[in-house]
Amino acid sequence: MVIDSQKMHSLAQATAAEEVAGRSLWADARRRFVRNKAAMFGLVLLVIVVMFAGFGNFFAQWSNQEIDFSVMGMVAQEGGPSLANGHYFGTDDLGRDLFARTVQGTQISLAVGVIGSAIAVIVGTLYGATAGYFGGRLDNLMMRAVDILLAIPYMFVLILLLVMYGRSITMLFVGVGLISWLEMSRIVRGQTLTLKGREYIEAARAIGVPAPVIIRRHILPNLIGVVTVFATLLVPNMILTESFISFLGLGVQEPLTSLGALISEGARTIAYGTLWQLAFPLLFFIITLFGFFFVGDGLRDALDPKDR
Amino acid sequence: MKLTTALSALALFVAAPAAFAANVPEGTKLAENQTYTFWLLDAIKSLDPQINTDVEGSDIVRNLFEGLYNEDGNGDLVPGVALDHDLSDDGLTYTFHLRPDAEWSDGKPVVAGDFVYAWHRLADPATASEYAWYLQLMQVKNATAIVEGDMPVEDLGIKAIDDHTLEVTIETPLPYFPQMLTHGSTFPVREDVIAEYGSNWTKPENLVGNGAYTLSKHILGERVEMDKSDTYWDADNTVITHLTALTINDVNQGLTRYLAGELDRVDIPAGQYPRLKEQYPDQATSLPFSCTYTYLINLSEKGPEALKDVRVRKALSYAMNRDVVVDNILQGGQKPAYNWTHWATAGFEMPDIDYAHWSQKERMDKAKELLAEAGYGPDNPLELTLNYNSSEDHKKIAIAAQQFYRPLGVNLTLNNMEWKVHTDRMQNQDFDLGRYAWCGDYNEASTYLDFFTSYSGHNQGHFYNDEYDAVMKESKTAEDPQPLYTKAESILNEEMPLIPIYQYAKVSMIAKDIKGLPTQNVMQTWYGKDIYRVAQ
Amino acid sequence: MLVFILKRLAIAIPTLLLLIVFSFLLMHAAPGGPFTQERQMPPEVLANLNAKYGLDQPLWQQIWSYIWGIVAHFDFGPSFVYKDRSVNDIIAQGFPVTLTYGGVSFLVAVLAGVTLGAVAAVKHNTIIDYFAVGISIGAQVLPNFVMAPILVIVFTLILGWLPGGGWRFNDPSYWIMPVIALSTSYMASIARIMRSSMLEVLNSNHIRTARAKGLPGYRVIIRHALKPALLPVVSYLGPAFVAMITGSVIVDIYFSTGGIGKAFVDSALNRDYAVMMGVTILVGALTIFFNLFVDIIYGWIDPKIRY
Repeated sequence: MVIDSQKMHSLAQATAAEEVAGRSLWADARRRFVRNKAAMFGLVLLVIVVMFAGFGNFFAQWSNQEIDFSVMGMVAQEGGPSLANGHYFGTDDLGRDLFARTVQGTQISLAVGVIGSAIAVIVGTLYGATAGYFGGRLDNLMMRAVDILLAIPYMFVLILLLVMYGRSITMLFVGVGLISWLEMSRIVRGQTLTLKGREYIEAARAIGVPAPVIIRRHILPNLIGVVTVFATLLVPNMILTESFISFLGLGVQEPLTSLGALISEGARTIAYGTLWQLAFPLLFFIITLFGFFFVGDGLRDALDPKDR
Repeated sequence: MKLTTALSALALFVAAPAAFAANVPEGTKLAENQTYTFWLLDAIKSLDPQINTDVEGSDIVRNLFEGLYNEDGNGDLVPGVALDHDLSDDGLTYTFHLRPDAEWSDGKPVVAGDFVYAWHRLADPATASEYAWYLQLMQVKNATAIVEGDMPVEDLGIKAIDDHTLEVTIETPLPYFPQMLTHGSTFPVREDVIAEYGSNWTKPENLVGNGAYTLSKHILGERVEMDKSDTYWDADNTVITHLTALTINDVNQGLTRYLAGELDRVDIPAGQYPRLKEQYPDQATSLPFSCTYTYLINLSEKGPEALKDVRVRKALSYAMNRDVVVDNILQGGQKPAYNWTHWATAGFEMPDIDYAHWSQKERMDKAKELLAEAGYGPDNPLELTLNYNSSEDHKKIAIAAQQFYRPLGVNLTLNNMEWKVHTDRMQNQDFDLGRYAWCGDYNEASTYLDFFTSYSGHNQGHFYNDEYDAVMKESKTAEDPQPLYTKAESILNEEMPLIPIYQYAKVSMIAKDIKGLPTQNVMQTWYGKDIYRVAQ
Repeated sequence: MLVFILKRLAIAIPTLLLLIVFSFLLMHAAPGGPFTQERQMPPEVLANLNAKYGLDQPLWQQIWSYIWGIVAHFDFGPSFVYKDRSVNDIIAQGFPVTLTYGGVSFLVAVLAGVTLGAVAAVKHNTIIDYFAVGISIGAQVLPNFVMAPILVIVFTLILGWLPGGGWRFNDPSYWIMPVIALSTSYMASIARIMRSSMLEVLNSNHIRTARAKGLPGYRVIIRHALKPALLPVVSYLGPAFVAMITGSVIVDIYFSTGGIGKAFVDSALNRDYAVMMGVTILVGALTIFFNLFVDIIYGWIDPKIRY
């Protein structure tokens, strides 16, 4: 799954058209967003997921590591969802509480999604803004480098990195983040090029304001719209990437887990009468992704009202 | 003076003189379709007998090639290319008499020279076989010097007296030497074929073997197909006409496809045996299999100081709740292990291990007491790391172990690593506790016990004990080594350089019309030629 | 145009070199080597192996002879783990398989996705639209490692219609489940992109004009709306195709197809340096050529673009 880059470019143009302090743009956008039913629905889903991840543990009767020895070994018969023994979502194959594990998995999946996409957006924005602002040979060089990097099969490199360097959670964040900054940098560069020609920026340059300050004060604020949308749409991609990595056994390691890891464990035992092991993590996985999709699409439509 | 011995082989020669292939009882109605399809977890790495290192590869190699001896369903030796052998008085020279009717799949006779070539090839540094050390293990004369490149391969202790007489010289008497000959790396290969095709010689169109089957297809990571060989000396008694091995990387997927009728045999995933046994009592089987699962303890200088204290090691071993591991996690008829050698190993007498008889509560109490003596407990917790390689089952056992140790005040950090990294760390003594499993190369206790000698090269925990070394050295020349093996096990129990956890079982679904697979062979060695399918 | 293509091909060479050197160093820096076995080998045996496969030489020399082997003889070397196969053998066996089910999945995803998206847009806000949107969103979030075992249980175990795995070039019944598992989520993405761009085109002035002139609906759509609406889909194709090839590892694991996806993951885990490099280079080259191909198509659809 890849973000529709055409629309991102169109959005970038739309937000760049307004002046920096285009208060009306944001006010209008908010109004449009609130009126968008799908987006509001998505927002509700996200709130639910975040609440679940944040406060779910208050309701859990077991920790995510504890083994319930009365269930272990008879998970198919005894380990199903039950209020009586406190396993609301049942247990996993070892007899650990699936509710607590789903809470914890949701935390990790959200963290991977949000941090990964933050890394992608920050690196992409800085790179793109630098290239676009300075232009000329530097721009040429930096964009050639992006062309080269775009041709690298990232999933392969990520697998290599995780195999080689011990699957640390930091490596996972950085790895999934670094996959996606290239497209971001292209969009930002394009927008910076348009902005650079504006009179107030030329004026700022003329009076000797240093480049980093100009970029920070005048270029970046203009990018907020496109960056926010891109970041929101990137989160579900990150979560999906992480689930694929977890399927390969290269993701987060015990005792931590992620929704992807729980789903892949559940999918393995799908035929053995323990369907809850797949169903609950998958449910949270799906509503998380739905939430981010709807909110991201809604934000984009709100900021780029092309009357569709 | 030469003595005609055949040890364990002898008994069978007398008992069943006729057919050694499929032993179909009188009156059995055979099925029309005589094919057998089995499961492979992974792609076969090599079909070259001297290059292959895997169990799965060996299963294929055994059907395409035949060594001096084969194993029957009880794990006893039966003639292969060799009919029998003589052993010199000093126990150092074996003279094998080869059967005159053995033929390669292109019709040429199998001669002693083919074995000589194969063994030279195994030792030759230019071949760079990973199993070259097997010749060293077999004590074949000059093997070590040749592998190191200090001597020409011609000096290896193997010689063709004539086409059908083969003489092997070994360096120290080795009572179980004949058993070692069923290993694939000792199988004959054809010099002219290898010279012609180089490393392509194992492709289906080139391969020439002397086994009961010929290779008809090998698609890496997908399937291997074999057809019955008409030139095999016992082709008349070979019933199954076609063998297929399907690679299925996911064991659950394998089970689904077995249940859909695509396979005749598949492994059962951990935890599923009881359910399947209930549902398919005539198909779910669990048979002892010669491997032991353990956590090795690092006693080297790099290891933590606490583990140098035998009381701590004992406490860790006592607190490991093996019954939970076998009954609740694996659930496939594995046995809890309190010692190192697999219980079903031929001739092995289990020593009396005290804590094997205790209840888990007694073990926990004793463990707490020992740890307290050593100065650890919930107030002064012992921090240890357990290394294991990624796999569902290893993970489950490690998580359970963490829970077993918690009440002792031992905090176990789980360190899951990808397999190569894990292995590398183990071999460099970068671990506190490390998951390990050892599978017997042959059906005799020394294959396990040699592991813990100071000179073994496998002893990754650096357990060095002079008494142990002395006992194992003595066993090599002893008339009856079994009491010494039992003694060695007692030393391990005293010193506890390992936490034995369980001893393997081969847990599989076998189609109910398939007969002739071994039931009493702890090595789980099987031959396609012994199998047959009955009509239903 | 020609200059553009040549320029792009010129970038391909440094890209591949970078890829080779980077993955080579990464691989060699990892703990454990191809011959690290659970059962430790005596040092002399290990030394023989390293000598045979050239691992005893300095790293730069290994890289150089590797690159030279490819340039001079198109030889990617022997596999370190599948010792009676060369890397060329392994790729020659696995790549056609991956390319076949990958290519078919790609076509299915594009054709079905475009159709679904276009129909949904044309029937905007009808039950058909909602249905199509529902399918495409659902399909996008269901991981294919969940779908694959369900497919086998349904079509092989319960219905008995399809073989549960394996691969035959001459028997498409072996292709069906891999194609479904691989294409569904991409089909859904394409449908979503197609739907929204089609909606935009249908609302644009020239379509409104064409409609006002009284041209019949389907002709307007096919003649005037489809082509511009395809543009965003086309720009998605490059990344989608590559993602399909890399995502094929799940297909290989669940359906035992013997493709290169599994070969790659195995080679990384087994430290089979040669196979890993070979597959990486192959997929890298494929990415470059496919992106180029997509750009050419793009120019063909959108004449405004100049190279």
